[in-house]
Amino acid sequence: MARDGGVMWRRTKKIDGEVHVLAVDDSIVDRKVIERLLRISSCKVTAVDSGIRALQFLGLDEEKNSNGFNDLKVDLIITDYCMPGMTGYELLKKVKESSAFREIPVVIMSSENVLARIDRCLEEGAEDFIVKPVKLSDVKRIKDYMTRDFRVGEGEEKERTRKGINKRKLRDSFDDLSSSPPSILSSPPISSSSSSSPSPQSLSPSPSLSPPSIVSASAPSSPSPLDSRTRRLKTTSSE
Amino acid sequence: MDLFQLQRRLVDYRASLYHEDFLDEQFSQLQDLQDENNPDFVVEVVTLFFEDSERLLNELAKALEQPIIDFKRVDAHVHQFKGSSSSIGAQRVQKACIAFRNYCEEQNVEGCLKCLQQLRHEYSLVKTKLESMFQLEQQILSAGGSIPM
Repeated sequence: MARDGGVMWRRTKKIDGEVHVLAVDDSIVDRKVIERLLRISSCKVTAVDSGIRALQFLGLDEEKNSNGFNDLKVDLIITDYCMPGMTGYELLKKVKESSAFREIPVVIMSSENVLARIDRCLEEGAEDFIVKPVKLSDVKRIKDYMTRDFRVGEGEEKERTRKGINKRKLRDSFDDLSSSPPSILSSPPISSSSSSSPSPQSLSPSPSLSPPSIVSASAPSSPSPLDSRTRRLKTTSSE
Repeated sequence: MDLFQLQRRLVDYRASLYHEDFLDEQFSQLQDLQDENNPDFVVEVVTLFFEDSERLLNELAKALEQPIIDFKRVDAHVHQFKGSSSSIGAQRVQKACIAFRNYCEEQNVEGCLKCLQQLRHEYSLVKTKLESMFQLEQQILSAGGSIPM
């Protein structure tokens, strides 16, 4: 089957059948919550407690040489960013580097609303970035993405320019904000000095980004790519 | 106490927990996830939270007893605690964790020890209150009533 056909076929499945989500989080409380959120949104869930286990489940671990067949048909990976051992970011990279699994959308969750982190994940090909605590509306939005992918150009264009689109969306959303209504709060950029950063990467924000600001979540009713990016960035309490 | 009074009491009690910041909106998110097919969801999550919290408090105490304190390790535990408390909406516990992390960053032993005490205190308060709330719910169910939203 042609690659594009393959993509289409998998996307079609999401409308007909159940979406199968692989949830990765080292916190037992968060796993319980995300599992319930996904199940109540009619998704099949496999929850694992580490990036390594996620790779094992996918068949991507060092032991086996995956022949490219997504046996268990994972339709989406949702992972915590800060995990001991392999971080969500490292998992994201491994998935995107794999020819067999790079098409699977990956969503990152994090309690820390750090722009550099969000940017880094999106540049690496993450579909979306959710600030914890995760709510039902976050899960609903992700699900919408998946079904919408099918309707919009059968996913080919998106696959080919995934990184470009993601970066552009983020950039656009921030440009959008700079001329936005008063609900947007401007605050000093949050430095990514938290101990949870996986490696000291130099910040390479796109020059066209206006000074990083943390925006409040003013939620319009129907999700659109731009809206969801901005809505995702909630204000955090005194951190 | 009759059913109506019990239900009334529960509603008031719950309201007070929100009012006093023991719980925040995330807790009601969890309640919304409960239904006839999953009637014990909230109790289950909260129970996991209690178990996890107790583990973390022990780890924190141990870590702070060491002759040479590994602040990164302490911070990692507090970070976990902050995460789980945030996920269930235990706001005061979460806030205590935030303060704690600041002291970790400063590598301030005194500050950390005080924060651990504060954290224990907040945790114990919310635990007691949630248990009381669950007890009330149980009484209502036993009396044949339903839990008011």
